[in-house]
Amino acid sequence: MKIDKNTINKIARLSRIKLDDKESEDYINDLNSILDWVEQLNEVNTENIEPLSNISSSILPKREDVSKDTNSSDEILENAPDKLEGFFAVPKVVE
Amino acid sequence: MPKSSLKQTLKDLDTKKISIRELNQDYLKKIKEKENLNVFIHFSEENVLKQIDNIEKDNSAKKLKGIPIAIKDLFCTKSMPTTAASKILENFNPTYESFVTQKLLDEGSIFVGKTNLDEFAMGSATNTSFFGNTINPLSKENEPLAPGGSSGGSAAAVAADLCLGATGTDTGGSIRQPASFCGVVGIKPTYGLCSRWGIAAFASSLDQAGIFSHNVEDASILLQSIAGFDQRDSTSAKVDIPNYFENLDDDLNGKTVGIPKEYSVDGTPMEISQIWEDAIKVLEKKGVKIKNISLPHTKYALPTYYIIAPAEASSNLARYDGVKYGFRSDEINSLDEMYENTRAQGFGREVKRRILIGTYVLSAGYYDAYYLKAQKVRKLIADDFNKALKECDFIVTPTAPSAAFPLNEKQNDPIKMYLNDVFTVPASLAGLPGISIPFGKDKNNLPLGIQILGKHFDEQQVFNAALSLERSYE
Repeated sequence: MKIDKNTINKIARLSRIKLDDKESEDYINDLNSILDWVEQLNEVNTENIEPLSNISSSILPKREDVSKDTNSSDEILENAPDKLEGFFAVPKVVE
Repeated sequence: MPKSSLKQTLKDLDTKKISIRELNQDYLKKIKEKENLNVFIHFSEENVLKQIDNIEKDNSAKKLKGIPIAIKDLFCTKSMPTTAASKILENFNPTYESFVTQKLLDEGSIFVGKTNLDEFAMGSATNTSFFGNTINPLSKENEPLAPGGSSGGSAAAVAADLCLGATGTDTGGSIRQPASFCGVVGIKPTYGLCSRWGIAAFASSLDQAGIFSHNVEDASILLQSIAGFDQRDSTSAKVDIPNYFENLDDDLNGKTVGIPKEYSVDGTPMEISQIWEDAIKVLEKKGVKIKNISLPHTKYALPTYYIIAPAEASSNLARYDGVKYGFRSDEINSLDEMYENTRAQGFGREVKRRILIGTYVLSAGYYDAYYLKAQKVRKLIADDFNKALKECDFIVTPTAPSAAFPLNEKQNDPIKMYLNDVFTVPASLAGLPGISIPFGKDKNNLPLGIQILGKHFDEQQVFNAALSLERSYE
């Protein structure tokens, strides 16, 4: 078994998702069965194969280096759950 | 009732057989009658009427002037909220327009509403939506069927004739599989043909916008409208977009079709093998050379996809933190607690599962074994296709391993659910264009789909082959 209670807690913490005990149990089972299933990739010989990260065959285009005003701070803040004096507001982080 | 067609409607509007207002009022009526299907996350009659008012005042000639289009609720729209079918974006009102929807607005189309989907496009049945299931319009009474997914709302909107076309996105089959389940046409173009700008990201190396329509001609008209280069998407391709519709040609004489032997999967129902054979026979009669091809790494496509897609999703969905937009939990004694509770309460089960698996395969010590390995196998899968497509002009396969299944049937076992995408995922990994068209029925009279795959940026060949098969089937 690749994923145990400690591992799921660690991944949940890295993902910033709080899990209750029941959820942890469920995800331990789900993730183990998925990881067992993807294990079959080890059958494939990938020696000297370049990883494919971008399928697009096009070359990155260049553009003129000119500044553009696309979003105003008002627009950016419009959907913020909490804001203060032109900034996003979050719970206090410094005592 | 004659089947709806965008092409015919454009003619009728042009000859004043019908007005834009009459056309859209017909559609509004149908949308209200079919509310029980839960096709739309956002629908506002008032909003549509306002759009009709505005377009009536516009004297300029526009290609899709007054045409009712449904938009998958993954595309940011200024005039309507955008939720990605997630609680975490329940109250999100974009302040900008996605590239694809802007193109459709520029052509004069009218957005009838935002369609339901699997949460963040993660699913194959439109049953992971925070806003409830969409029901396949082909369901019999008391036996609700899934419309497929993730773009199930858009596929259902076309199938129930609530619009003349709809946008979708396809990451591993999310346009082609629901098109097959709902008996409509669905095209996922080449990766990079349509800008991803303003589409809520799922797996950025795979996500691609596309079209649902009533027939192949309509799809060719609509795809041309949403394709094009955009510098705000670094993977957007700078290619010339042909006039797909004008160039349509159903004469396939002398072409070669590739038939991949690896797509004969154990457990595929007889009826699906049968329609595949029927399609091959039709093509043969039309003078197409049949070539048996091999795509040897096909069986590894699904496990490869289910490493790469969640990995990219875990990174893309990090932005939903309760700070910048969307839902924020009330339990916020510290910053970390705010993040953890917001994401715990804001995301649904399947989304969390994929974030967790993606975080694991990218975490220190596992990256090489999972993510890097998957990227290497992805290269082999893409090479298989590139090699095969040197020997043929297009490839024909079934779209999905089943017809529409009952709602909620496949919820518990994630791997069983993932198998829905067995025929669509390989081409997604290779970035190839693919279309699904209705072709034949199963024993319950439910539609089945045939998938046509083409070379990179050879959408024209894909459309031509699809048109030819469509005409022989009708």
